[in-house]
Amino acid sequence: MNKIVEKEFFSENVVRLEIEAPRIAKARRAGHFVIVKVGEKGERIPLTIASANPEKGTITLVVQRVGVSSRRLADLNVGDEVTDLVGPLGQATHIENFGTVLACGGGVGVAPLLPIVEALKKAGNKVVTVIAARTKDLIILEDQIREYSDELIITTDDGSYGEKGLVTEAMEKVLQREKVDLSVVIGPAIMMKFASLTTKKYEVPTYASLNTIMVDGTGMCGACRITVGGKTKFVCVDGPEFDAHQVDFDEMLLRLNGYKEIEKEAEQNYLHSKDKQ
Amino acid sequence: MAVSKEFLKEEREQSWRVDIRGLMKNKERTALERIHMGEVDPKERILSNIEVNKGLTQEEALGEARRCLDCPDPTCITGCPVEINIPKFIKRIEKGEFLEAAKVLKETSALPAVCGRVCPQEKQCESKCFYTVKLKKEPVAIGYLERFAADYERETNQMSVPEVAKSNGIKVAVIGSGPAGLTFAGDMAKQGYDVTVFEALHEIGGVLKYGIPEFRLPNNIVDVEIDILRKMGVKFENNFIVGRTATIEDLKEEGFEGFFTASGAGLPRFMNIPGENYIGVLSSNEYLTRINLMHAASPDTDTPILSGKNVAVIGGGNTAMDSVRTAKRLGADRAMIIYRRSMEEMPARVEEIKHAQEEGIEFMTLTNPVEYFADEKGKVSRMRVQKMELGEPDASGRRRPVPMEGSEYDIDVDTVVVSVGVSPNPLIPNSLPQLETTRWGTIVVDEEKLQSSIPEMFAGGDIVRGGATVILAMGDGRNAAAAMHQYLQEKHNS
Repeated sequence: MNKIVEKEFFSENVVRLEIEAPRIAKARRAGHFVIVKVGEKGERIPLTIASANPEKGTITLVVQRVGVSSRRLADLNVGDEVTDLVGPLGQATHIENFGTVLACGGGVGVAPLLPIVEALKKAGNKVVTVIAARTKDLIILEDQIREYSDELIITTDDGSYGEKGLVTEAMEKVLQREKVDLSVVIGPAIMMKFASLTTKKYEVPTYASLNTIMVDGTGMCGACRITVGGKTKFVCVDGPEFDAHQVDFDEMLLRLNGYKEIEKEAEQNYLHSKDKQ
Repeated sequence: MAVSKEFLKEEREQSWRVDIRGLMKNKERTALERIHMGEVDPKERILSNIEVNKGLTQEEALGEARRCLDCPDPTCITGCPVEINIPKFIKRIEKGEFLEAAKVLKETSALPAVCGRVCPQEKQCESKCFYTVKLKKEPVAIGYLERFAADYERETNQMSVPEVAKSNGIKVAVIGSGPAGLTFAGDMAKQGYDVTVFEALHEIGGVLKYGIPEFRLPNNIVDVEIDILRKMGVKFENNFIVGRTATIEDLKEEGFEGFFTASGAGLPRFMNIPGENYIGVLSSNEYLTRINLMHAASPDTDTPILSGKNVAVIGGGNTAMDSVRTAKRLGADRAMIIYRRSMEEMPARVEEIKHAQEEGIEFMTLTNPVEYFADEKGKVSRMRVQKMELGEPDASGRRRPVPMEGSEYDIDVDTVVVSVGVSPNPLIPNSLPQLETTRWGTIVVDEEKLQSSIPEMFAGGDIVRGGATVILAMGDGRNAAAAMHQYLQEKHNS
């Protein structure tokens, strides 16, 4: 069950895993996520499905090493099995022909953006995509994104690839240049916050796909709760996509850091134990 | 599915029962005092997850079993949602045939060792005991005896597997592996059905695993009972969310003809007061799941837990007691129950409240939180509470708590566990638009048959009741199994 059939490094810390999961591959739609747990004593973490191949019965996840659990997953190899994998979870992305869509992905957020860009393109939208990262090595899935984008803009913070600058600067240019009907942003919370502020200025409806802390992923625990338009929502069952202009990103940023100190220590312990092996 | 009085009478007239009854006069039996369950000392037990109740010794069980009068009209059975033949199993114990006693339990209950621990017997069978009703004395300790028989069988490694009928080849699916689902699965397997239980989490057992703490119900006891179901031919699929991983339609195509939805009351409620989303404020579901299912308190697991020195648990139910007692065991200096009514209205079991008090839990009753405050990192540091007084009775029949103006004061806290109830999990209803639900999100079923608006789907437990007990869920599982059996037999024979 859940055997890894392909593994590819996008960069030192970003890995693409193709995993056998025939039922999920068949059932999933753009925007859905899975919960993954590695090892008997592992933690349950949510990851958005980047793509799926129903014929082959596989799903693809893109994992960035940011803590113990993502490291455990990224350290698995072809032939290994993911202990627990469940999904697809969350609400699927609402897809229709909106007109012109500005899609923005930051860092590893480009992976969950890919199926959405693909679906939007197939629904007849004009898709302008901005993908952004700190540096060239961290730009992922460029070719795949390009395939479904009418225009692709790449930005890096250090200017090592594409345009030098922040994702919001590239977005501004597009928003000034043409009428955009919808924007979709996926990336680190801080990037989504500023991307959302940018589209708000132009009154362009915007969806953000949120990746919060979860335990069960099925609505049971409420660890993932956020405030949207003044109301508490659960990212796992109400989301993961929300009207970005209504999301309280500052609260979300605080909540994401809830376990930071414990996580840092755990990560150090994990790296240390790996060194000893 | 009521057991017939004739059947009970017949069983009661069997010679071994008559003999046992003849051993003592009723007067001698009623003169005996109810046994007290041994408990681990509070000072010792809060240092670990050791089970609080020690169980009965053989001698204690024999003594308690003698108290039972083996009444001609055993009213106790009417108080049991799964209709355990109570006098029969107790008389087996009195006869010293503990394994036979366990077999009696398993005739109608898939989870005797669980029920013997977590059932509110004082509200069920024991409230209907002849001693309670007629003699105004303490009832026979039916729950303790149930636990004794089930434990004896397990601890001596002599677990019997209930007989199952010849396979009828009919596939039925159970959605959720909590007490309702497991009971249903056991009953259907006994009747020859090909049963698969689908569970969303990675562990089988539902609330018995993620909810009820180790010190009240050790996980290995649940696992042993699940193992018996496996031996009866029940299949389990974990990490499988019906409605998501596969739809009901998919499963029908795979040959499933009947569905029992027992997906529980998954969604935790919050109070929607300012500051409730600060770090360190969490639902009891999250708190208990991290500890019980993910074993977050163990240093070799990856799941983290925040459990501080000043822990406030909001609510007065069993889940609140489980949470606050867990906090104490995780090293809280102050572990507090904040409850808006008085001790009298508290819904938790008397035993849980007593155990909590012994363990040094502070009870702040007629008190309700109104706001939380946090430090610069967004971590909760203080809560503002308000004193309450009791007004007129509300819809639940309990006196409604009314805030007292100007009574607010602050308490230092670093962890707050909100345990004010749960709503039904929306995953199944959302995936089946044709399924009729109430405005609270519970599934509408026929009261007796537990059949939903989709004829081949039956439902029970908290997804129907909105939040009840293990034993009521099990009763639903049992009733639904009987009704589905009838439905499927009619379908196949017509």
